[in-house]
Amino acid sequence: MDKNTIVAQVGKKIAADILKEPNKIIKADEAIISSGLVDSFSLVDLALIVEDLYGVHIDDAELSADVFDTLNQLADLVLKRL
Amino acid sequence: MKNFSSVLLEHYANQGDKVILYFQSIGKEDLPITYKSLLENSYCYTKEYIKNGIKPGDIIILVLQHSLELIYAYYGAILAGAIPSIMPFLTEKLLPEKYQQDFQSLVKIIQPESIITYQEFKQGVFDQFSQQLPVHSMLLCEEIALEGEPLPAGLPGLTRDSQDIVLLQHSSGTTGLQKGVALTHQAVFQQLEHYSKAIHLAPQKDVIVSWLPLYHDMGLIACFLMPILCGVPLVMMSPFDWVKAPYRLFTSISNYHGTLCWLPNFAYNFCAKKIRDSQLEEVDLSSLRAVINCSEPVRYESHQAFLQKYRPFGFKASALAASYAMAENVFAVTQGGVDFPLVEDHIDRDDFQMHKKATPVTPGAAGVIMLSTGRPIESVAVQVIDEQGKLLGERQIGEVIIQSDCLFTGYYNRPDITEKSVLNGWFKTGDYGYLAEGEVYITGRKKDLIIVGGKNIYPQDLEAIAMEVEGVHPGRVVAFGIFNESSGTEDVVIVAEANKGAEDKEEIGNAIKEKVTRNSAIALRHVLVVDEKWLIKTSSGKIARSANKEKYLAQLHLPN
Repeated sequence: MDKNTIVAQVGKKIAADILKEPNKIIKADEAIISSGLVDSFSLVDLALIVEDLYGVHIDDAELSADVFDTLNQLADLVLKRL
Repeated sequence: MKNFSSVLLEHYANQGDKVILYFQSIGKEDLPITYKSLLENSYCYTKEYIKNGIKPGDIIILVLQHSLELIYAYYGAILAGAIPSIMPFLTEKLLPEKYQQDFQSLVKIIQPESIITYQEFKQGVFDQFSQQLPVHSMLLCEEIALEGEPLPAGLPGLTRDSQDIVLLQHSSGTTGLQKGVALTHQAVFQQLEHYSKAIHLAPQKDVIVSWLPLYHDMGLIACFLMPILCGVPLVMMSPFDWVKAPYRLFTSISNYHGTLCWLPNFAYNFCAKKIRDSQLEEVDLSSLRAVINCSEPVRYESHQAFLQKYRPFGFKASALAASYAMAENVFAVTQGGVDFPLVEDHIDRDDFQMHKKATPVTPGAAGVIMLSTGRPIESVAVQVIDEQGKLLGERQIGEVIIQSDCLFTGYYNRPDITEKSVLNGWFKTGDYGYLAEGEVYITGRKKDLIIVGGKNIYPQDLEAIAMEVEGVHPGRVVAFGIFNESSGTEDVVIVAEANKGAEDKEEIGNAIKEKVTRNSAIALRHVLVVDEKWLIKTSSGKIARSANKEKYLAQLHLPN
């Protein structure tokens, strides 16, 4: 699995399931947490999306802009754990 | 004389070693805290307050994260006889400049003696506008050493009269911050007495589990002051931790045999949908005797979803409860679902929607299921009035008014808005509802208020922000809430008229979303940018929120 695929897949799921805007394109280096795009009530959805797609667990304490804030950073985290 | 300090000192003397609080944070061991440790650590804050010239009756604003420091700073203020007021902390979503503006207007109205915060926060946020903050001292919690020395005799807090104001409660946002609900020692004690009775609170048996924020009445009164003043153990986690790991509420209830929990309606949906069974292994919820739905309209469907999800984990249908509450009555007005199940009222839909009546539905007609919020607790009277202030009868829908022995003193330093909210000694709640067979039903709101996840949002605040976006026609914006069945709470919608010849409407819409989120910390889901003259105005030229909401909803249902 390469990074671009993860960025594209997760971005698509966030747009469709969390933002309810399936056509929205989220850029790989766009801030998604600190910007409020994925709001605090949806962080848990983001963790579930990653778990469902890749079987990778993101810990509660890691759901924070300090750990990852862009799709690029999230994809790196996923790749490390695959 | 009975006041907060005297009650706390009694616990200190009689059961100092009792663990009254289990403080949880992600990634750390739970911290058990006894009355002795709670009050001796709080006293370290008291000393700092006194050293800085704070006297009984002075106001201290607490700008601290959901943490032990916040708890000690709060009770430290009580022991000093000062009046604590918790200001929501700046979140990363909100622009610091907007936070500063709101803060300044708060300070102007309530004129606090002091602010307590963190070193980093002071440097990052307050130092930039400290000249405009007429407070005598800015205290830093890092400078307060927790020495744990025994409480001395003659604490200033003991001199407070039962009629003195003990605390202020604010809701957030520019408008909410203008209304600091001032409560006396006596009002709080009377509420706790009546409410404890209504829920049969038993210090030897009950355990309260909470993730609720302390700047809101449900979190502050039911899940912070009541347990500690009444001697009921409290298990507490931060709302910021909970929202990332909602399953932790249930593991905590299971581990500590929690019996009571308060939740806003959206949390029933949130917990039913966003927690996996794999996260609930070995969780046993059979100890819960009441989960009380409060601070948002109570939805039958939300209760059903919650019950279905948690019944396999031992949760009992009989534990579904509800309360109608507001800061102006300290907390609860009603309580239901404790002595007998919440009453379901099946009413006729047409009568409800068109004739402001809650008529029992006849077989074959379209009906709506209303869930009762229960009966008024002791000493609280509830009535319903029409637009002219005339009392309405059973099953007629109008504005709910209340009277009690625990009503607020007023909105602090705002006699003008206090006066508007009171009618012949009755508090006008701004909520619509009806009475039937002694039960109180809440059907909606008279005032233009949006409630998202239990948080009160004033549409005028959001409209003012959206109007600053380039391309938006000044004065031509409306914000309102629409109920979202799936999340169990309201979605915020903004409709804005674009200037003639304005460029890309989608771009304007995105700019509104971003601006509103950054200036209010509210996530906007729907923004509709329309042509000039789309919005409906009232005869007096004001934008009519409800008429525009109807128009928006009608448009949504039009075929494309």
